[in-house]
Order: sequence, then structure tokens, then C-alpha cells
Amino acid sequence: MIDYLVFFAIQATIFAVVCLGLNLQWGYTGLFNIGVAGFFAVGAYAFAILCGPTYASHLGGFGLPYPVGLAGALLAAALIALVAGIPTLRLREDYLAIVTIGFGTVLQLVALNAAWLTGGSQGATGIPRPLADWLAPATGRNLLMLAVTAGTVFAVYAALEAMVRSPWGRVLKAIREDEAAAASLGKNAFAFRLQAFVIGSSIMGLGGALYASFIGFISPQDFLPIVTFQVWAMLIVGGSGNNKGAVLGAVLMWGVWTASGSAAQALLPADLQVKGGAAQIILIGLVLMLTLILRPRGLVGEEAVVSREARVRPATPQAVRAPPAGGAPLA
Amino acid sequence: MIGQYVADGVVTGATLALGAIGLTLTYNILRFANFAHGELLTFGAYFALLFAGAFAGAQTFGTLSFGAGFVLATAGAALATALVALALDRFLFRPLRKSEIAVTLVIASFGASLMLRNVVVFVWGPEPEYYSRAISIASEIVPGVRLTSDELFVVALTAVLMLALHLFLARTRLGKAMRAVSDDPALALVAGIDVQRVIRATWIIGGALAAIAGVLFGLTVQVLPDMGATLILSMFAAAILGGVGSIYGAVLGGLLIGVAQSTSVAWIGPAYKPGVAFVLMLLALMFFPRGLLGEKR
Amino acid sequence: MSTAALEVRELVAGYTPEVDILKGIALEVAEGEIVTVLGPNGAGKSTLIKAIAGLVAVRSGAVRLFGDEIAGVEPHRMVRRGLAYVPQTRNVFARLSVEENLEMGAIARRDSAAVAHDLERVYALFPRLAERREQSAGTLSGGERQMVAVGRALMAGPRVLMLDEPSAALSPHLTNLVFAKVREVRTSGVTILMVEQNATAALAISDRGYVLADGRERISGEARELLANPEVGALYLGVRRGLAA
Repeated sequence: MIDYLVFFAIQATIFAVVCLGLNLQWGYTGLFNIGVAGFFAVGAYAFAILCGPTYASHLGGFGLPYPVGLAGALLAAALIALVAGIPTLRLREDYLAIVTIGFGTVLQLVALNAAWLTGGSQGATGIPRPLADWLAPATGRNLLMLAVTAGTVFAVYAALEAMVRSPWGRVLKAIREDEAAAASLGKNAFAFRLQAFVIGSSIMGLGGALYASFIGFISPQDFLPIVTFQVWAMLIVGGSGNNKGAVLGAVLMWGVWTASGSAAQALLPADLQVKGGAAQIILIGLVLMLTLILRPRGLVGEEAVVSREARVRPATPQAVRAPPAGGAPLA
Repeated sequence: MIGQYVADGVVTGATLALGAIGLTLTYNILRFANFAHGELLTFGAYFALLFAGAFAGAQTFGTLSFGAGFVLATAGAALATALVALALDRFLFRPLRKSEIAVTLVIASFGASLMLRNVVVFVWGPEPEYYSRAISIASEIVPGVRLTSDELFVVALTAVLMLALHLFLARTRLGKAMRAVSDDPALALVAGIDVQRVIRATWIIGGALAAIAGVLFGLTVQVLPDMGATLILSMFAAAILGGVGSIYGAVLGGLLIGVAQSTSVAWIGPAYKPGVAFVLMLLALMFFPRGLLGEKR
Repeated sequence: MSTAALEVRELVAGYTPEVDILKGIALEVAEGEIVTVLGPNGAGKSTLIKAIAGLVAVRSGAVRLFGDEIAGVEPHRMVRRGLAYVPQTRNVFARLSVEENLEMGAIARRDSAAVAHDLERVYALFPRLAERREQSAGTLSGGERQMVAVGRALMAGPRVLMLDEPSAALSPHLTNLVFAKVREVRTSGVTILMVEQNATAALAISDRGYVLADGRERISGEARELLANPEVGALYLGVRRGLAA
């Protein structure tokens, strides 16, 4: 039982890390990244290459220390985000969404085909846990893994909280709410967006590294759009624009996922297991839809960093409504 | 050899074009990128599979792999998919249009996309399906180019549908109203156009065309729960390359992407084919964002 | 006493829930009249027309078209009831041709013979448009676009026509032309309500006028009287000083 809870907590905290990264991009900066799985993958593979054993078929065998692996994952994801972000972050938000799906797809394709780098469809195995040689009993190792992932959540959370309350964070919010106004104050919106994008993606990469370390082997099948979908669902349900919401959403939705998975395993015969998996996704989707319709701000909702009286609701650019209200008052 | 690649590309491109038309219509009139559009193709293909079972008749048309029963099944699939599209709008997108958070619609459509394809897995299972087990013989159309009758049919049907749609938009009352709404929805209301009705018509047409595209893809490749998802990026690329809102642009974009992807196999191999559409789309967005045939706003 | 073509009583309306732009307006347009609504910026002139057209929510008060209550009716149904509206800006479908724009005006009509007849009448009223039937409306000059906008509204066969600053962004010559056409339209039996900044030119062709300030009508009367009234000028130049809220 303890083992089960520890496993659950490890995976929930890994997702929490990724969700925090997405929150910086979407919740605080309004960047629509639907390529989450791609950056997650970059971090995972980078870690595997840096810390994993020598692979017969592909790059690896550096056997570097654990923290170096994590840092490497962070940097790799940051680099990819930089390359991806520079040509695209000026795009309108829905175009950015389409483009990031493309990134996710291309990164997964690379993982699948660049066998010299990633092992192709075979993936990478034997990825080490922290202090792998020191602790033998499984429970101890799992607890240590949990300590690492939970610690990472705390560290990332603290860092992000500090960042968004800083002057840098306030500019970010200003840009999200009214870019023209921010620009007129001399703030280079693009630069700030790029920074948020890169930092957020590197956090996702960090999550990927932890994932690789925990599971021990990775393959391109681990980085399909379903991962992106899960993380988005977690953020929306928890409450985007709020780091607590990101963590809460991750834990909650992971709970829904595993609970429904267990139910499916218990209730369905073996040949219907794949359908059970489909049912899980449908369930998560329904939770997401209901949240969007009934409680779009999520469970925790965006926190007011500015006094409530000063907050102005952002104008909705929906063109098609009958009757169209909210037009600029002309006299 | 290049001729074969181009021909294959035109066939794929025709399917992409039909799917992209619906996408560009909804994108333009409703002002949001519907990621669930791919699933309309998937649903169309599976509905046809379902109905084809009911209309099972052995007679096939000439060298085509299907007969009247299948045509009826496709018509039924188009209708059923149009209803699914309307339901999606009515129960998911319409409530969300009232939301203050502008990009909620896109997230919702992404979520709907994942849900819908898993509904197909749930009901049908994950294995690929085929409309006909008969082997299609490819015949030489032009020296160096071999296509099956089904593939020729795909191209011909796309051309016919495109022409029909053009006439509809240019000559009929509803078609002109759709163009008016796409030009300026607020003015359309003022002029007396029932914009809600136009929106419904957009979903019906987009859904029906997507269904047919799905059937054509299923006819020439295979039927899979993921089929729409694998095509959505290319369809967006086609719509953007051609110019969002332009029917002709979507068709041109579809053909270009189809041919580019097909011919790219000669240089970079088949593995990175989906990446080609992505690169083209990125280039379009960066260097000519209005697209090839897009009009000035 | 015959029913007024358009009657507005105690109208309260605004764009955002917290702010009322119109604070209880009363106004009347008799059938066949040309009435102009004047006032400085911020007075609520455009909001008034939009509220009547159903584009801005009416919070309280009545809006009656030939005796029928129309407050709360959806904007696209107004045309069926005989009320047509020409917005100030973005008033043509740029990507449709001139003729298609005009056809859109008649979209809600079923009497195709009468529609064809009305199309010819619009072309007779605006000969320039007849020359440019197939041209895309977005490529027309400002004056021509205004003609298309008015023509589109006329194609609905309205009993009441509302115009929001028809002379805005037009040269004095074109302004005179537009107003001359407005008079012509009235002779065919259409009642006209206009919002205008160009007080002198507008009052010259109107029967009566209202001057709005701060969401209420402050002065009303015969057009001739308003032209001569010094208070009208004062309202334009020094509105908020000295007026009780």
C-alpha cells in the first residue's frame, strides 16, 4: 500500500513540475503551448544520454552525476525552446497553438526516427535513479525518488513564486493583459515572452528527466499528445495563473487518472483493456469540458496579485455573439 | 519517378484540400482554430464503415472498389457527421463563446479532439479497418504514373465538390450570407442576416466535407481512430498556406502540401513526412502570413 | 393622434453593467419626418441609435416602432419589422461586390419582384453604384461606400431608416450630396432618424432635432429654431460646466 502511494506521489509530483512550467507559459504569459510533450521528451532523452549507461545503438554512456543530468535536461529543453520560440512567439495565440502542436509532433518524430540519438522506437533503457548504487531496498529507493521529485516541486514552486512577484513578473502580467500599453512603456514584449517560454519549457524538460529517472526506460510512445492533454487538463482544472492551482490540479487529475485506470483494470476483461484506456481519456476530457464551461477559472482560480479594485477584465475578442455588446462607446 | 510522387501527392492533397476547406470556413466565420476538425474526418470514415455494413451490396462500379451501397453509406456518413459537428457547436463551443477567456475555445477543441478519437477506440477498437478487401489494381495513366481507379475518383470528386461549393457561395442566398458573415459578422446582424443560421450552415458544410475527406482517405489508405489527428496539422498548414478564409486557398494549399510531402520522400525518406507540412506552414506564417490567396482584411 | 413612427421613452442603456450611457431619453419621430440628433462627443448619440437597433442592451424604458415594442428584439429581426440601420464605420461588406452588398440588405425579404424593383430604385438614386455593380466594395472611395451602406439599408424596404453620422469623413461636397439623397429618400415615404456632428448641414434638411448631453435630451424643437438657438452652441462648446447632473 505504501509503495502504491509513493508511486502515486512520485508521478503526481513529476506532473506537478511540468504543470508549473506550463503555468508560467500560459497562466502568467498567455502563451499557448500545445507541444508540452515535446519538451518533456527533450528533457527525458537528454537525461538518458547524459546519465544512462553506454548504449550499443545510440548516443550515451557518459555516466554523468545525477544533478548534471538534471541540469543538462533543463538546458537542452531551454535550447530547443529558444530555437522554436524565436521565429514563432510573435504569432497570434491560436497560430502559436497550431505551431506548438507541430513542435510536439516533430520532436516525437525525431525521437522515433533519429535512432543514433534516441534509440528510435526501442527507446533508451537502464536510466538510473538518484544515488542508484547506494540504496538497495526498493522502498528506500522509491522514497528517495519521491524526495527528489517533491523537492523539485518545492524548489520550482518557490522560484516561480519569487519570479512572478518580482518586477519581471509584473511586466509579464502587463504584457498579457494589454500588450500595446506595455509596449508604450518601453517593454520589449517579445523578449519577455521568449524568456517565459524558455524558462517554462526548461521546467518541463526537468520534469522529463525526473520521469526518465523514475521509470528507468523511455520510448517515443511515452511522449504522445495524450501527455500534453493531461498536463493541460491538470492546469485548467487546478486553476491557471496560480502555481498552487497547477500543483493541486496535477495531484487531483493524476488521482482521477489512476483511479479510473484501476477501475478499468478491475472491471474490464483483458481484451477490453485498450478500450478501458480510451474510457480514461474520455473521462479526463469530460472533466476538462465541464471545468471550462462551469468553472473556467479552475478550482483555485487566478490569484489577485494586484488589488481587486484595480483589476479590469480583459476584453474578449469574440466577434460572433448576438447581440454584440461591449463595443467601444462612441457618442 | 517524380511524376509518380507528384501524382500520389495530388491524391493525398485532394483529401487534405476537402478537409482544409471545412477548417478554413469555420476558422474564418467563427474565428477560432478547431482542433477537433480532424475527428470529423475520423467520424465520417467510421460512420461510412458502419453504414456500409448496412448497405452491403456486391455490385461495384467498374474498376472502382465500391458500388452504390457505399455511395449511400458515404452520404449517410456526411449527414451523421454534420449532426455531430452541430452537436459539438451547440453543447461545447456555443457555451464557451460566452466565456471571457478568449482562448478557451481552442483548449476545448483540443480536448474534444482527444475525447472524440478515443470514443472511436472505445466503440470500434484500435485496429485499422478497410472498406474493401479487394486489391485495387493501379493502371498507368501517363507514362511513369500509376494510379488506381479509386485514387482517380478521389481527385475527380474533390474537383466536383470544390466547384459545387464555389457556385454555392457565389450564387445562392445562403452562400452569399456566409461570405457576408465571414467578412463582418456585426454588420451581417445589422443587415438582417440570421448569423446563428449561418453558423449552423457552416458546421454542416464543414462537417459534411470533412466526412467525405475521411471516407476518401479511408478508401485510399486505411481507417484508423487516429487518422484525423495525423492529418490535422497538414490541414491547418493547407488552410494557412492558402490563406485562411479562402476556399480556393485551402484547395491550393492542400495540393501543395500533398505534393511537397510526397516528393520529399525522395530526399528525406518517409519518416519525416509530417514535418514537411509543418515547415511549410511555419514559412508561410513567418513570411507571408496572409497566405497565397488570402484577401486583405 | 396617429402613432409615431418611432417612439423612445425613459430609455436607459449602456455597454458595461456599471455605466449607463443613456439616462432616460425621450424622443419621437413622426411618420415621414427627418429628425436629427445632435450633441457633443460622449453625449450618447451613437449609443441611442444602437440601443434602438438592438445592438446595445436596453436596461429600462420603451422603444416603439409604429406602436410595437421593439426593445429586446434581436438586431437581425429589426429589418423584418421595417427598421434599417446604417452604422458609422465598417458599414459595407468589403469583400462582396456592390451588388452583393445591396442584395444582403434584402436578405430577409421574400418578395423577389419587389426586391428587383428596389434594386433599380437604389441604382437610380445612386447612379455611381450602377456603374460599379461588380466591383468589390472594399475598393470604393469613402463617398461611394457610404452610398453602398445607405443603399443596403434601403434594400430592406424599411419604413424607418436610421443613419449614424452619414457625413463623417466626407468632403463638404459629398456631405451635401449625401444629405440631398437623404431628402430624396424621405420623399418616397421613409421616416428618417439621423445622428450627426455636422449640425448646420443636418438641421438644414431636417424637420426637427434633439440635442443630447450627458445621456439625456436637453433641447428639442423645430430644426429652424435649433439653428437659431444660442443654447445649442453652448451645449456643444461648454457642456459640462454649469449643467446640473
